[in-house]
Amino acid sequence: MNELLQDIGRELRRGRRLVEFIGAISVELWHELRHWRKFRRRECWYYLDLCGRQSLPIVLLICGLMGMILGLQAAIQMRQFGTELYVADLVGFSLLKELGPLMVAMIATGRAGSAFAAEIGTMKVDEEISALSTMGMSPERFLVIPKLVAMLVALPLLTVFGDVAGLLGGMAVGVGWLEIPAAAYWSRTMEELTPLTFLLGVVKSFFFALLITLAGCWRGFESSADAQGVGRSATGAVVDSILLIVVADVILTMFYSIFGY
Amino acid sequence: MNQEAIIEVEQLTIGYGDNVVLRDLNFSVRPGEVFCIMGGSGCGKSTLLKHMIGLYPPKQGDIRLFGCSMVHADEESRRALMRRFGVTYQGGALFGSMTLAENVAMPLEEYTDKTPEEIAAVVHEKLRQVDLAGFEDYMPAALSGGMRKRAGLARALALEPSLLFFDEPSAGLDPITSAELDRLILRLRDELGTTIVVVTHELDSVFTIADRVIMLDKETRTIVAEGAPTELRDHCENLWVRKFLTRDGYKRGNCPDGSCRDRAERAAGKGDAS
Repeated sequence: MNELLQDIGRELRRGRRLVEFIGAISVELWHELRHWRKFRRRECWYYLDLCGRQSLPIVLLICGLMGMILGLQAAIQMRQFGTELYVADLVGFSLLKELGPLMVAMIATGRAGSAFAAEIGTMKVDEEISALSTMGMSPERFLVIPKLVAMLVALPLLTVFGDVAGLLGGMAVGVGWLEIPAAAYWSRTMEELTPLTFLLGVVKSFFFALLITLAGCWRGFESSADAQGVGRSATGAVVDSILLIVVADVILTMFYSIFGY
Repeated sequence: MNQEAIIEVEQLTIGYGDNVVLRDLNFSVRPGEVFCIMGGSGCGKSTLLKHMIGLYPPKQGDIRLFGCSMVHADEESRRALMRRFGVTYQGGALFGSMTLAENVAMPLEEYTDKTPEEIAAVVHEKLRQVDLAGFEDYMPAALSGGMRKRAGLARALALEPSLLFFDEPSAGLDPITSAELDRLILRLRDELGTTIVVVTHELDSVFTIADRVIMLDKETRTIVAEGAPTELRDHCENLWVRKFLTRDGYKRGNCPDGSCRDRAERAAGKGDAS
């Protein structure tokens, strides 16, 4: 009983720290907007490169393959009814509204979320965060805001690239296996998918970017100051991010469906 | 309490969670002196330093720097106070993604309106002061432990603080590099008039640089002696302190005249620092 109460107390304290952390991020984000000239652009470029450019090949590969898998699965079913052309619809809708943003977010979680947690955790071990604090600088502003801005830019862009790669993957199956003419497949895709379909997925990726960054950085700040702690925080960041992404996806999809999208 | 003191610690009790590490600490640091915090491993020296520089709130008592309370100040005032002192950490605590010049320039970019050219000139000067001129473009990972500590010192000096804290400056360094760092500390005091607080258990360093020391005791969790190092070594009535300062392998509890326990208990009971 005593242990249970201690656990509850510990979790409540942790919850309070999380609220303080989110509050601090909000304050620092507002501060950055007011003092944008002092925004640390160099760090932001670094994280844009890390989360964006360096993630692009794996995003293109996985989303392309995902498009092919969807195309193949759809083809097997559609062929029975002679409706092969609808493969384009299925691949397009599934990718743009759901799987594209989700897969890109999962890749970003593995690459960026864990990297953020490990980086901040290691900085804690090396007393770099203490050094920032004792210079009167806010660790949240220096360590979280550049990552957050970079992710908010990189993830939607990666989602756009991932969507295109997925559509091309699906088209490869349609053209290569179902022998649908490329022009017919592409025009069918363009007929059915509207800019809004595309936009709905990209909006999701903004939320995912926010959650991945916050989960990664929060885990880094909460890391114990030893090598094992850093490892645990990196793993925890990935698990937390995946859970948060899936929950957010459910909420957003429900929200979209309320408005008929 | 001394009105001229740059640091005043009053009835300070510190710890983590429910664990009290040190209690009833009272001492002050005067301007322009090198003040060492000493004690055996695990006695709470670094913990005390982290509380003094405002990284953790104490359980009880007050810490005043430049006459302003670190404990009762609001966040804004506390950050302003933090800009008035510099801290050098055990491993240097340099930002690994930045060059030495960028590390040293960081506080200048943040808190001054200097142009990039002016900042570059200050960075060069600070690196020269710590004998690292020419290493501006090096990454921290490319430097030795001693060089990283000196680079950390250059960053701490960037805003020209009148108070500097050193956490174990000699840790992990060979005796020659350690002696070089000691000379650097003395040079800072003599040339810039900087007040310096050093956490260490290196006796050679203490006898070289310290004007005054306090000895922390793990068992009684408080200060058991305060004074000039040679005075404590030769005349301190606490046998444990004398043995510690003369590198005599003295084991606690086997004090032949019982003076160490009496003294420690008196200090714990009264919060007496001397």
